[in-house]
Amino acid sequence: MLSYKTIVKDFKKNKLIYLMILPVVVYLILFCYKPMYGIIIAFQRFRPGLGIEGSPWIGLDNFVRFFKDINFWRVVRNTFTISFLNILFTFPAPILLALLLNEVQCSWFKRTVQTITYLPHFIAMVVVCGLIHQFCQSDGLINDIVAFFGGERANLLIQTKMFYPIYIISGIWKEIGWSSIIYLATLAGIDQEQYEAAKIDGASRLQQMRYITFPGLMPTISMLLILKMGQVLNIGMEKILLLYTELTYDVADVISTYVYRKGLLDADYSYSTAIGLFNSIVNIVFLVSANKISKKLGQSGLF
Amino acid sequence: MRKRKKRKSIEDCILDVIIYSILIFLAVATFYPMWYVLVASFSSGSYIASQELLIWPGEFNVEAYRLTFQHPLLMRSFGNSLMVLAIGLPINIVLTVLAGYFMASTTKVYWKKPIIYMILFTMFFNGGLVPNYLNVRDLGIYNTIWALVLPGALSVYNANICKTAMEAIPYSLHESAYLDGASDLKVLFKIVLPLMKPTMAVLLLYYGVAHWNAWFNASIYIRDKWKLPAQNILRAVLLENSSLAESVGDNYNAYADAMQYAAIIIITVPIVCVYPFLQKHFAKGVMIGAVKG
Repeated sequence: MLSYKTIVKDFKKNKLIYLMILPVVVYLILFCYKPMYGIIIAFQRFRPGLGIEGSPWIGLDNFVRFFKDINFWRVVRNTFTISFLNILFTFPAPILLALLLNEVQCSWFKRTVQTITYLPHFIAMVVVCGLIHQFCQSDGLINDIVAFFGGERANLLIQTKMFYPIYIISGIWKEIGWSSIIYLATLAGIDQEQYEAAKIDGASRLQQMRYITFPGLMPTISMLLILKMGQVLNIGMEKILLLYTELTYDVADVISTYVYRKGLLDADYSYSTAIGLFNSIVNIVFLVSANKISKKLGQSGLF
Repeated sequence: MRKRKKRKSIEDCILDVIIYSILIFLAVATFYPMWYVLVASFSSGSYIASQELLIWPGEFNVEAYRLTFQHPLLMRSFGNSLMVLAIGLPINIVLTVLAGYFMASTTKVYWKKPIIYMILFTMFFNGGLVPNYLNVRDLGIYNTIWALVLPGALSVYNANICKTAMEAIPYSLHESAYLDGASDLKVLFKIVLPLMKPTMAVLLLYYGVAHWNAWFNASIYIRDKWKLPAQNILRAVLLENSSLAESVGDNYNAYADAMQYAAIIIITVPIVCVYPFLQKHFAKGVMIGAVKG
């Protein structure tokens, strides 16, 4: 089968197809696979002057150093905490929104709510975090409201106890509408006859929600939940980088932001790469297990 | 879609009231921050500071916009952002369409599976921050616009959207074209692409918004501040307290706040403008993306 001849024949026959995919392959090699080769500096004491070939090998020292790092538990704990809070609060919010929108019969009202709630998805993270910054200052909007109800003014962003609420609420604000689209699409596919039948049997609207709409959403919910579970250690760093300060490192510093600070601010290239690699491997383990579980439960897996 | 009941029970009315109030609260809470920025950008600094809740512009003026448009660094950065779009979008679309077409094509090709795996693998694993950074330095594109355009130029997620849309086109169309002697390139341009204009619109939107809103890569790959895109200048202004007003002139500190808001509006308006045209395609694009790749 795998003879030289077949390969040459194949290339000749499908010249154009190979030529068409060539830019993609070249691109992937230069910008995805070449950096993957660069991961080996995680096992070296890399110095840019010496290059990958010239830098001394130190085995797993960088990984050992990470496990002994005084910040190890802090970044791992914060990463898990933020993921957990996301699953607890950010994840169910769009489901609730979809369920509520599904009950609305007035179509212009429904459209208006949808248009408004989809919009923040497209607003730049820099703008969102800039607004959070403005609103959380001691003379900002949120403090105006707090003061109106007789509370004390304070800069919220420098308080450790306020970081998670700010992070989660702004996350819901930005994505609730956009994430609800997939649920609304699922709801549109629910057989309307079920509702008719339920009505004839005298089911109230709440009962219809409970016994028809919600079960109809369940496959989508469990698929997306499993997906989320697979990314527990994969917290985007952009928002945290824009929001945290040294005062809130204790609760806000996650693995990816630590990789950023070590690697690009302290130029500790090898160490940062090692942490990043550790994170990627754990991510893949989570993703593969989540996929396995998904298949066990009879859901279609990701791959 | 459900038929409206002729007579509503009291229970239903209460339910409706609750549902509508929650949704109205949500819509207002989502909309107000955006409205606040719009109003503040047209108000004077003293008015913004004096108000508990901004509802309507006070001491209406467009001075903040006039000053912001005179700000040399900010204007330059807008130019840079547009440049990234102009160079980046064609590259994104070409790579995405080619990858999508290859994955969707039914022609028997010997290296097909390995190449598809090669594409999909990058979804689950990547070099990570530092290796990518060193790679950009290695390739000699550090501190150039190419560092903003090339890394991440192909989103495999988008290629999957493209592939799914292509698979939905009936194969008989390809077949008759092949029988007429058309090459794959011709099939792609003459048959496939014209049939998937909505998908192309969605892809343009995704890539365009991603470029327009990106700041992180520029923050690590661009050292020269005159080459930075708009989001990075905005970040310096909003989050690192470098004042826009100072660099325009000494007498404009009163407008510092309003100028920040004006800059936000200017940077967000292009997105809000394309948004209505593409909204109708959202549901479709999202659904395709959600289906397993």
